[in-house]
Amino acid sequence: MHRQQLATTIDRVGGVYLLPLALAAIALLFIAPSTWATLTVAGLAMGMMIFLMASGLSLIFGLMDVLNFGHSAFVSFGAFIAASVLAALGAWLAGDSVVFNMLALFAAIGAATAFGAVAGWAFERVIVKPVYKDHLRQILITMGALIVAEQLILVIWGGVPIPVARPRILTGSLIVGDVSIEIYRIFAFLLGLAVYVALHLTLNRTRLGLLIRAGVENREMVEALGFRIDRLFIGVFMAGSALAAMGGAMWAGYQGMINPALGSELMILVFIVVIIGGLGSIQGSLLGAILVGLMANYVAFLMPKMSLASNMLLMMAILLWRPYGLKPAVKG
Amino acid sequence: MTAILRLDDVHTDIAQYRVLHGVLLDVPEGGVHVLLGRNGAGKTTTLRTVMGLWRTRKGAIVFRHHDITAMRTPDIARLGIAYVPENMGIFGGLTVEENMRLATATGAFDKNRLARIFALFPAIEKFWTTQAYALSGGQKQMLAISRAIVERRDLILIDEPTKGLAPAIIRNMIDAFRDIAQETTILLVEQNFLFAKALGRGVSVIDDGRIIHRGPMADLAADADLQTRLLSLSAEAH
Repeated sequence: MHRQQLATTIDRVGGVYLLPLALAAIALLFIAPSTWATLTVAGLAMGMMIFLMASGLSLIFGLMDVLNFGHSAFVSFGAFIAASVLAALGAWLAGDSVVFNMLALFAAIGAATAFGAVAGWAFERVIVKPVYKDHLRQILITMGALIVAEQLILVIWGGVPIPVARPRILTGSLIVGDVSIEIYRIFAFLLGLAVYVALHLTLNRTRLGLLIRAGVENREMVEALGFRIDRLFIGVFMAGSALAAMGGAMWAGYQGMINPALGSELMILVFIVVIIGGLGSIQGSLLGAILVGLMANYVAFLMPKMSLASNMLLMMAILLWRPYGLKPAVKG
Repeated sequence: MTAILRLDDVHTDIAQYRVLHGVLLDVPEGGVHVLLGRNGAGKTTTLRTVMGLWRTRKGAIVFRHHDITAMRTPDIARLGIAYVPENMGIFGGLTVEENMRLATATGAFDKNRLARIFALFPAIEKFWTTQAYALSGGQKQMLAISRAIVERRDLILIDEPTKGLAPAIIRNMIDAFRDIAQETTILLVEQNFLFAKALGRGVSVIDDGRIIHRGPMADLAADADLQTRLLSLSAEAH
């Protein structure tokens, strides 16, 4: 009875949304406050970038029941396209003009995102459409497509890591007391937050969003109500791929140096986020991404070798507690 | 009387299983037409085939003057056919209001119709902003039916709406269906003969994927031997 009361009280004050706070509080016990603040901002920024990549994958999983192992190709292409655009607009980046700096930045992110949407459309039509309802084939063909995409990146950009120019206005750090916060991280966090708010409003305040949420639960019934779910599928796939490419573009600027394996390396974290967040849920993806970002940064500071393993352990712990993830879309 | 829906020699396979073996079914316009049959007889498959959720191997399905045999499910629905599946097809993560709104063509409600639905099923108004997964089985069924009538449809296909419901709710359903049938044709799949008898104007009995009897409900209701022979059930059994 006491356990039930405790659970009800926790739910009332925020439930699973308290987990990032709990994680941050635990980290504060082991890390000096100024370092902790820097790591927390880094974790939030990293979380938001991973959220960009994971939210699309989660919706594609949830709505379309498609296991898209090729999702990371969009991340990689997004990163390389953004890097190329930034390199081409080098003169705009180097100057002190805020306008030109921002134009170059948005041109890079915009080009990556637009490519993601168009490539997502082609990917859905050519690769995914023939294998709906067949998970094994989905895994095989999307893995195959990923390999082809990575080879294409090698052909176009070569195998050598390439540097990514960062707009001047996003370089450097803000110093607050003895806490140093990279400006790029603040930008990454704010962009991720803006995308989350846009997605949240679209899903919860529009008819399109209503259809997507319904489709995640019961595709057949959405069709029986008179809606073409296949058109919804294409739209969601394009949006998911565009967000992955946007995430890749942001990640490129964050890392400063990118290589063709970037997408595949990030995909482990992206899958962890989707699984612990719960399939088909944007809130779940955000929550999972922030947890993963914070965990990766805290542990990388405390025990560098345990950074990735810590997130694996986090996933195992959450799945033992909540087998369908923290905030799964309700089914049926 | 003209048929609003006609199934002509419809054969449907599900994977390697042949489920419907030439269904011949005429649903007259107006009132409730009942499709009775034992478990596994092909009732649900018939409804799903009409909605395009299973594809026919052979035969034709005509709704009014439209041959809908090869049409996509959304196009069939937009012709004015609503479907209430056996599992009710409620979107649990959506509120009652959102479930209802999704069934409207433009996203806007007709206030008069909504008032009528609230009068038929007060629970829908009471739980308007509640997430649908929190509703009881009976309330979910009411929501499923309300969703089907939130806008005018020409035909509603309803699959075993009384399954698992308490007798009091079933009585409430009978009144509601009588009201709905004033403006819409209902093809009702049912195993509860008392419920079917109370509502049905006409009846078709399906067994082993074929229609084995058709006629007025009153005739079947008056002939206990026929009921036993056709359905392996009797009114007393329910």
